[in-house]
Amino acid sequence: MTQRITIDPITRLEGHGKIEIFLDDQGEVANAYMQIPELRGFERFCLGRAAEEMPRITQRICGVCPTAHHMASARALDALYHVDPPPAAHKIRELFYNLFTFEDHTLHFYFLGGPDFIVGPNAPAAERNVVGVIGKVGLEIGGKVIEARKQARHFMAEMAGKAIHPVFGLPGGISKPMKSDLVDALRKAAPGLVDFAQFSLQAFADIVLKNQAYVDTILADHYAHRTNYMGTVDPDGKVNFYRGQLRVIDPSGKRLYQFEPREYLTYIAEHVEPWSYIKFPFLKTPGWKGFVDGPDSGLYRVAPLARLNVADGMATPRAQEHYEQMFATLGGKPVHSTLATHWARLIEALQAAETVERLANDPEILSPVVRRLPEQPPTEGVGVVEAPRGTLIHHYATDAKGILTMVNLMVATVHNAAPIQMSIDKAARGVIHAGKVNDGLLNQVEMAFRAYDPCFGCATHSLPGEMPLRATIRDARGLIVKVVERNSRLMV
Amino acid sequence: MADKPKVAFYWCASCGGCEEAVVDLEENILKVVDAVDIILWPCAMDFKKQDIEAMDDGSIAVAFINGAVRMSEQEEWVHLLRRKSQMVVAFGACAHLGGIPGLANLNTKQEVFDTCYHDVPSMDNKGATVPGMESTVDGHSLHLPRFWDTVKSLDQVTDVDYYLPGCAPPADLIWSAINAILTGQLPPKGAVLSPNKACCDDCPRKDSKPDKLEITEIKRPATHLADPELCFMAQGFICMGPATRGGCGNRCIEGYMPCRGCFGPMDDVFDQGAKFLSAFASILTPRDEAAIDALLDQIPDPTGTFYRFSLPTSLLRRGKMGTPV
Repeated sequence: MTQRITIDPITRLEGHGKIEIFLDDQGEVANAYMQIPELRGFERFCLGRAAEEMPRITQRICGVCPTAHHMASARALDALYHVDPPPAAHKIRELFYNLFTFEDHTLHFYFLGGPDFIVGPNAPAAERNVVGVIGKVGLEIGGKVIEARKQARHFMAEMAGKAIHPVFGLPGGISKPMKSDLVDALRKAAPGLVDFAQFSLQAFADIVLKNQAYVDTILADHYAHRTNYMGTVDPDGKVNFYRGQLRVIDPSGKRLYQFEPREYLTYIAEHVEPWSYIKFPFLKTPGWKGFVDGPDSGLYRVAPLARLNVADGMATPRAQEHYEQMFATLGGKPVHSTLATHWARLIEALQAAETVERLANDPEILSPVVRRLPEQPPTEGVGVVEAPRGTLIHHYATDAKGILTMVNLMVATVHNAAPIQMSIDKAARGVIHAGKVNDGLLNQVEMAFRAYDPCFGCATHSLPGEMPLRATIRDARGLIVKVVERNSRLMV
Repeated sequence: MADKPKVAFYWCASCGGCEEAVVDLEENILKVVDAVDIILWPCAMDFKKQDIEAMDDGSIAVAFINGAVRMSEQEEWVHLLRRKSQMVVAFGACAHLGGIPGLANLNTKQEVFDTCYHDVPSMDNKGATVPGMESTVDGHSLHLPRFWDTVKSLDQVTDVDYYLPGCAPPADLIWSAINAILTGQLPPKGAVLSPNKACCDDCPRKDSKPDKLEITEIKRPATHLADPELCFMAQGFICMGPATRGGCGNRCIEGYMPCRGCFGPMDDVFDQGAKFLSAFASILTPRDEAAIDALLDQIPDPTGTFYRFSLPTSLLRRGKMGTPV
């Protein structure tokens, strides 16, 4: 009997997202699809807007990572108006961006991803959240977690007006210079941020790496995909979140390309499927080959693990030590085990904290000169930053008055859309046989997509991260045979 | 436990910033969790549509709904929550006014799809595939919710009791709204839960606003430096402060950027953009028509500036169907 299994909702694309699994007559998986049922159409309704408003408009794509959109947009405006910000403006932007990356990454570990490991994958669902984490690690550490977020967001609001939807990015720099009392406070706080990132890595080592079962889970073939990877590197080939060139490697680790953000259209394109509102990017060579991995596939992945895979190392010394340890432990580069993204994320958080400390102590950030006015008419520009979940591309063209005539946005999670689809299909095929469906199915499917930190809903970083799965199993006539429910959680 | 009021949080066409705003209550969020029983919060807690459907009508004390209404599935949720809730609060600028996703009302669905799935330069779509409500793939039928031509605010879809303004609402306003609800100290139904005064009234640059503003030149942030202490309007930058409700903490001004109007109009005003325009027209220095026209021509994108957050709830509501704006 043919069956159709619906898992709805599965993720947080504005609260919506679903998986449809179709079984053949033998009860084996014929196909599985992850559908994204939302579109807001920024690329269209931004046409006709004034270009300099884009940092304040496009960040409404995502209120969890508005800083990523704000900064990609400001970088695109620099290119559009042919103006390079003064050194202080670049440094303040980069400082701001690293504060954001630190906050986003560490909070993700404690609030969303970490509970599975810290509390345990088989703990009661009600405990697998940040409250359970605090119960396990103690109130003192829990207080540290809340304090770290509070502190970073306080600094961000002081620097850029608001932590949710900052306002200071403009072509050629920023609107607001740093005040000296704020810089003093940052310098004082920065070592604490570095300590907190190191503490988090130590917690990961103690809780996860010392537990062979967890290490086996991370390395399981079930959660691996041999794909290409893309991420931004600085001139030394090190990880950079704010600016640099894009590097792409193949599944064997061989470098395929390294290019300037403005050249992205030479290398990547997007595919459309009729059954989802999300688009599916791929490498133009070898092209769209469908939802398959391996050496001939055009699919690539982004996000922390991808960034570490493509880079020659971390940009800061303490993060570099952990980088070397990670690849030594997991068998060298590139690592294809998606769950290793947890580790990569914390290493990035440490680099972000170290970068905050370095830039906070750079005397140049006190310069009042934070803006260079454009001298040429705007034409076209591309801005790229590394959002917490991966490469983010903003591309604008305008008329001579700076009114937008073309807007293209390739968002971090969109780059990962096809691999997520692939993982869903792989998990479903791996666990469903002879029509048998149980709670284990849901757990396996959940593990497959949560590994990507799906940011479709852009709110996966909030308290405390419980998400349900419900599978409705219907017979070929559409009658419900069985409903299986369990709680779950988004994680990377 | 059983006596605690039941509270629902839900999101429609939104960005997740309103959820972050709730988390930004910091330690106060724990007091909220103590005082109420949160029965729905998709980003944070167990989420069962069937559980909500099974509840008695009116059994939820208050539903906080953020986001504009853009997809058919969102409207279904809104109706469900309205039926189950004694009170519905439109949370944030998108639910209150339509918000930035409401700028899509300058276009039709067809135009949005043409751009997103065809025109953008990274698109490789020679077969002109577009996502559809019903599709058949490998012999399987798949369904997507309907994408409407028009984005709506929450009160254009259902009855709303209160409005919490802002993009995103600041933590202090959220906290006092929650306290007002818990203690029953609420203003009349339909109120916007923020002071009914102009953004300018609390502005740190208020003292530099001349009694009589005069505009001789429109300046743009892209191409002009702004003085860090003077009133933006006095400098010639468009600032929506005069036509915008206060209570926001002047956060954008503190970031040295002009207001864009996310708190919406004050109580006696229906159309925020028209209100701004009428005030603005009266302070233009030129008196003859040609000079006025020349000055107004310097305003880039008037619609997207004066109606940045409020197009769906304005007199305009949307662009004419079939006519690209």
